[in-house]
Amino acid sequence: MAGASMKDIKLRIKSVGSTMQITKAMELVASSKLRKAKERQERCRPYFLGLKETLDEIEAATSDFSSPYQEHREVKKRCLIVIAGDRGLAGGYNNNVFKAASAMMEDGTPTCVLPIGKRTVEFFARRGVEMLTREFAEAADISVADCFTISNLVTKGYLEGQYDEVSIIFTRFVSMLTQTPASAGLLPLEAQQHERRTGVHPLVLYEPDSLTVYNAIVPNYIAGMIYGSMCESVASELGARRTAMDAASKNAAEMIDDLSLRYNRARQGAITQEITEIVAGAEH
Amino acid sequence: MSTFHLKVSTPDGLTFDGEVERVRVRMIDGDVCLLANHMDYVSAVGAGEAALTLADGQVRTAACIGGMLAMINGEASLIATTFEWSDEIDLERAQRAKAAAEARIAAAKNDKRELMLASAKLQRALVRINVKH
Repeated sequence: MAGASMKDIKLRIKSVGSTMQITKAMELVASSKLRKAKERQERCRPYFLGLKETLDEIEAATSDFSSPYQEHREVKKRCLIVIAGDRGLAGGYNNNVFKAASAMMEDGTPTCVLPIGKRTVEFFARRGVEMLTREFAEAADISVADCFTISNLVTKGYLEGQYDEVSIIFTRFVSMLTQTPASAGLLPLEAQQHERRTGVHPLVLYEPDSLTVYNAIVPNYIAGMIYGSMCESVASELGARRTAMDAASKNAAEMIDDLSLRYNRARQGAITQEITEIVAGAEH
Repeated sequence: MSTFHLKVSTPDGLTFDGEVERVRVRMIDGDVCLLANHMDYVSAVGAGEAALTLADGQVRTAACIGGMLAMINGEASLIATTFEWSDEIDLERAQRAKAAAEARIAAAKNDKRELMLASAKLQRALVRINVKH
């Protein structure tokens, strides 16, 4: 009996050990990918800031400014872009995003969703929520070009009046250990609050005219926002996975310690029993 | 000829940062060429070929799609969605993308959204192929 249990414990130790190897490997992979994801996020910043600056500039310099992208309409329908992961094993990463999305949808405004990531598509499919497209099921493969496709799709739908508000839900990378879901409004664009410039306007030639330039840049700006959120979400996912895998590895190490102790006890028990049996046999 | 400073930034980072003699870009309403000492200028980029004439007279071409071109206080910045040097374009990939997009357009029939997505892809592929040739 003691022998059988010793064998069982040995097998358990072995299986926990190989699980630990996997979680360790996943942690390392997540760490190295995380660095790349953060770099990618940094790289796209000048592009994005440049566009933002120009948009503000145009708005400030034009006296009678009205762009359809800035017009606030009564929100009859809302469009949500939700970014989560393709895979699990990342702690609460996916669930936190879905919780934030559900909380936003609770107010009863009809909502259509543009899911990014396999888990997101599955989640909203199960809930029976209207989806704009299922094209972007692989969050890991989303390129800059895809973000532009998304942006064009969304801005066009907005201009056509299919929905009156566009928001994005992603995960903010606060630190290596903390990632929190966040939401940001994309459309309509917030009007600048600064006062109109007085005195001499800087003479800038807008070709063909400032409004056309503004409206042509907006989809690019939105795409930049989506790409930035995308990069941040990917970094957060990797961060969450790293933490989760780190915890899993620690648990596995603890379990192995515990099992080794039990194994040694069982071994000792078996030896004691054998000795008792031999001594008992010799006495007769 | 006098030169000016040009920065080309894309979502993938800074692609070019240096002195150029002239820059020609396809805007939403046709080609535009900027020289040094141009007045302050802002316009939106269309889809087509961009050509930079460097300080030493060498001309480099690239596929340039979307974004904006600005010249402020003698400093030019081209903020482009896509900016690929012609010698870095993968012609085979572009041709595959073109074929795939054409197939999608043929299959899309009346699906407006699908048609829009596919024709955008086709346009990008065509720009790349044209710049390469």
